[in-house]
Amino acid sequence: MGAPRAPATIEPRGQHGMSASADAAHVADAEGAVGASETAVRLRGLRKTFGDVVAVDSVDLDIADGEFLTLLGPSGSGKTTVLRMIAGFELPTAGSIELGGRDVSQRPPFERDVNTVFQDYALFPHLTVLQNVEYGLRVKKVAKAERRQRATEALASVRLDGYGDRKPSQMSGGQRQRVALARALVNRPKVLLLDEPLGALDLKLREQMQVELKAIQREVGITFVFVTHDQEEALTMSDRIAVFNEGRIEQIGTPAEVYERPATEFVAGFVGTSNLLRGEASLKVLGLEGVFSVRPEKIHLGDPSQPLADGEHGADGTVAEVVYVGDATRFVVDLDAGGRLVALQQNVHRTSSDVAGLRGSRVRLVWRRDHEYRVHG
Amino acid sequence: MSTVTPEAPSDGAPAEAPQRHPLASWFYRHPRTRLSLLLLLPLGWLLVVYLGSLAMLFVTAFWQVDSFTGQIERAFTFDNFVEIATDPAYYQVALRTIGIAAAVTVLAALIGLPMAFYMARVARPSHRALLVALVLTPLWASYLVKVYSWRTMFQPETGVIAWLLNPFGLDSPGYGALATITTLTYLWLPYMILPLYAGLERIPDSLLDASADLGAHTGRTFRSVVMPILWPSLVAGSIFTFSLSLGDYITVQIVGGKLQMLGNVVYQNFTLNLPFAAAVATIPVLVMVVYLWAVRRTGALDNL
Repeated sequence: MGAPRAPATIEPRGQHGMSASADAAHVADAEGAVGASETAVRLRGLRKTFGDVVAVDSVDLDIADGEFLTLLGPSGSGKTTVLRMIAGFELPTAGSIELGGRDVSQRPPFERDVNTVFQDYALFPHLTVLQNVEYGLRVKKVAKAERRQRATEALASVRLDGYGDRKPSQMSGGQRQRVALARALVNRPKVLLLDEPLGALDLKLREQMQVELKAIQREVGITFVFVTHDQEEALTMSDRIAVFNEGRIEQIGTPAEVYERPATEFVAGFVGTSNLLRGEASLKVLGLEGVFSVRPEKIHLGDPSQPLADGEHGADGTVAEVVYVGDATRFVVDLDAGGRLVALQQNVHRTSSDVAGLRGSRVRLVWRRDHEYRVHG
Repeated sequence: MSTVTPEAPSDGAPAEAPQRHPLASWFYRHPRTRLSLLLLLPLGWLLVVYLGSLAMLFVTAFWQVDSFTGQIERAFTFDNFVEIATDPAYYQVALRTIGIAAAVTVLAALIGLPMAFYMARVARPSHRALLVALVLTPLWASYLVKVYSWRTMFQPETGVIAWLLNPFGLDSPGYGALATITTLTYLWLPYMILPLYAGLERIPDSLLDASADLGAHTGRTFRSVVMPILWPSLVAGSIFTFSLSLGDYITVQIVGGKLQMLGNVVYQNFTLNLPFAAAVATIPVLVMVVYLWAVRRTGALDNL
């Protein structure tokens, strides 16, 4: 199930690494998906408690060499704590962390071959940009000429040549972000950890940095572990996504797998719009028991007389809400069978003025059977 | 809403129409007047009381006392400064005072730094306010009470320090430079801890994490990240401890034995030869000016 392929069945996908205790076979399978042979990071039974609060609970995760893996989840889901444990800022309550096959579970950060890009960048305010980038090399007693050269190269690789003499306070948010990246990359770590590094940037800059980050990762070939709560960011950049909820991994898979075939209700709701048929509705519409997910853009909006073709499912209902979002329109439809579904339609011919009149009209929602997936609670 | 309010004004204005405040709105339109009123008292105080008395001190330092009549002669002369510079007794007192103030400052920094670090970075946030209050408690007691209690402690043979050192075959060092330095350090320690605490609290955790992440062990992080960022706070604390120690004359009278500091010289000459006392009193001012200039040269104040 590792390699992306066209989904052809609506078979339950329970084995889909849906709980954190995905067994080794699956993990190995998922590794195959990104075509890497070695494991850069291996987490086993990782657990962290703060007082009575369980922040991370029995997390098993294998991150392949050179992979771009995203830890995705809402705030408080434990994704940042996992990252901080890999970096060594927090020591696990139980479980183990291996970096390149070496157990580092109880090692301090300065004895781990990873580097971190922090959410607030954490640039040293008393040092210039170049000194910031040189810091790690200076600590490791790299000769001055070499470290100057490597730092200058690192700054060039993030397109900041000529900014070396500035203080961080004289840089914009996006520039600081790139300095932080250069400061981490110059050490040539085995694994780069990124803690919501784009969170503080505005939308345009964020989108631009997403592309740049991905390009840099391809170039340097370093394993990236990226933490975000932004599902779009996760889908855009990652080789694989681990979706976190309440300290556990709900699903691990490629962006397409996680988006198209969410394993649980939580994933279906957190990644993309939650669009579920359950109980009565799934019995009446699909003739099946359980909870099923259909992505909004997979649903076609037709008039109630439209016949269903082979391999299609359909449900009649009333348009409850119409939301014009520019390039598309979202139709919220109350089904006669109970429940509601959202259908996203491209505005190829429609304009905003056409949209308002559609509220209250009767429609038939049609989708292909292979676009519906059983999810688990 | 006016429909449910029977006593709505008949002119149709809603009942909640803003009230008029003619004076406040006049001030709103005249921000400069507002600012002038705000600063009237502090600026008046600064100009008249502070700068005025400082100017008087400088002017007086260049006057003289007529040795026959004891009256002050308001004629410009360098004699007072020449006397201080040429009489070894005086510049020895000056050097000793600077030495004691420096020792107090170094000692306060050595004690204050770990304390402030614990308060700002180790103690639970809910305990921090309490710790700050505890650090400040010595300031609630009278200066004289505190200094006299140190006198009792340093009492040879019977004092607490003698009692503590007796098992090791030692006696209290008695009254002198050591007792003075100890007492002054005790007195001014809160003024060192507070700026250090404020400075340490401002350093984000992520900076320390970042340093460790880049391979620096704890000591290295302290040296390369914490100290440079904390430097202005340390300077601020040292200005307090240094200048307060430079000007002190009561502590040294009570626990200093025969020791003399600049403040004692000023005090002794105050009634007999005011211009000379003023000249001596300018020395700590000059020392502080030189100190601040030197600190500025290190770049410590650039990022304030």
